[in-house]
Amino acid sequence: MTRDLALHLAVILALAGLSMVLPPYHHTNTARILLLAVYAMGYNIAFGYTGLLSLGHALFFGAGMYATGLLTHHGGWSALAALPMGLLAGGALALAIGLLALRTAGVSFMIVTLMFAQAGYLTVMYFTSYTRGEEGFNLARASRVIGPLDLSQDSTRYAVALAIFGAALLGQLVLVRSRLGRVMVAMRENEDRSRMLGYDPFRVKLAALVLSGVYAGTAGAAYGVMFGYVGASFVATQFSILPLLWVLLGGAGTTLGPVLGVALMFYLIDIASSYTTAHLAVIGGALLVLVLFAPRGVLGAVRERWVRWLP
Amino acid sequence: MLELAEVDGGYGAVQVLRGLGLSAKAGQITCVMGRNGAGKTTMLLAIMGQVRVTAGRIVLDGQPIHHLPAHEVPGRGIGYVPQGRRLFGPLTVAENIEVGLMTRRKGAATREHVLNLFPRLRERLGQTASTLSGGEQQMLAIARALCLEPAVLLLDEPTEGLQPSMITLIRETILSLKAAGVAVVLVEQRVDAVLSVADHVAFVSGGRVAETLPISALTSESPQFERYVGV
Repeated sequence: MTRDLALHLAVILALAGLSMVLPPYHHTNTARILLLAVYAMGYNIAFGYTGLLSLGHALFFGAGMYATGLLTHHGGWSALAALPMGLLAGGALALAIGLLALRTAGVSFMIVTLMFAQAGYLTVMYFTSYTRGEEGFNLARASRVIGPLDLSQDSTRYAVALAIFGAALLGQLVLVRSRLGRVMVAMRENEDRSRMLGYDPFRVKLAALVLSGVYAGTAGAAYGVMFGYVGASFVATQFSILPLLWVLLGGAGTTLGPVLGVALMFYLIDIASSYTTAHLAVIGGALLVLVLFAPRGVLGAVRERWVRWLP
Repeated sequence: MLELAEVDGGYGAVQVLRGLGLSAKAGQITCVMGRNGAGKTTMLLAIMGQVRVTAGRIVLDGQPIHHLPAHEVPGRGIGYVPQGRRLFGPLTVAENIEVGLMTRRKGAATREHVLNLFPRLRERLGQTASTLSGGEQQMLAIARALCLEPAVLLLDEPTEGLQPSMITLIRETILSLKAAGVAVVLVEQRVDAVLSVADHVAFVSGGRVAETLPISALTSESPQFERYVGV
């Protein structure tokens, strides 16, 4: 077993052990963090490893959440049948948008993805008879049961969230160590040079974006079913910017950076908001400190200074 | 054989190449010399499909390649070592080589071959490219291009800024490639380096090849060096 794999398995086992000692409030929080970390990992594949700075990833998260939510809420599908549809919706939408948006690069790519996400948000707001617009809708408890697993139960929810997180984390490690993963990094570092070695940047970036969309769609679908709510706030612009901040905080282009970034920011907001209503100012300050002292994020700095083998 | 005939090209509205003609034959080293801005690197980029060719033809073994998208050119058997190396810094030596090998689906034998050419890289396989010395980075840049098993290798000032021992090593590598039948196009500014390896020298001026001479017609005192390179 390589030390990469051992480290990742240790993280998963530690999180499994944590579930036995956490009080209920933090138990629920951690389940949220694990699913949001899957979303952040998806963003990391696009941004951290391939250099695609998207401002529209909420659309892929929302596609997963709404595909699963609408199928269970209106279509009467079971959660087990609807969850894969969420994954597919995220990937399919990323494919469709990638085919268009990847004809641009840099700032243009950011703006095009932002516009697509805005169009997605407006679509949710337009079809209020199905989506209930800003208000969103709750998923009935009965529709959130998969066989013996009642996803509205804290312990079950944590276990399933950890299983999804674990699969996503190990999948990300495999991807990073794969040939595609190396070419993605090559593309991020020098697109022209990669092209002169015979790689088609469009295809590599499209593959990365679709994988990223699958991760985001999976996270969205699971989040909706596990917490029983589907709402427009998950498709709003802010929810596209959050994964960028999480990944920057934890360390872009590191496999464990996304989960660390989500956890740090989640609890930073949680703790700061209990002391002040100006908690966003605290977040802003934290990000400034990060940019000044660890521009590669927490794990990026750790890798640069101490643990060079960190994937 | 690589042949450029009456090639025009440039960057947007700025035309750099003006009817440039050049040929590179298998088992020969064609050196390209010229002042800064003469169009040497632009010519290499045009061959690689990175600069749009607006007129003329670039032909490899009878097949036109100037219309191909850039990422398809290496697959036809042309390797390129750019000026300044441009490695993938965060990737290790092994990973940089692997990225080079994958394009044409070359395997372990090719990897061994390039590592035998540069044994020092074998000692540094796990080291990230950004931490290598300048000479080692140049070795890796050449090794990565050789992973394509190219029929034609384009080198843009590969010895620039290197220490003498490294320059010797790279010159020997270029000569061994020539012996193996590779057509080498070498952009070089140092007269002694050119005289020690070239079969032909093409002098570029104003975006075209002004003069091409066999190495037997040149000495270090030849007026062409002063006229076209300024040395």
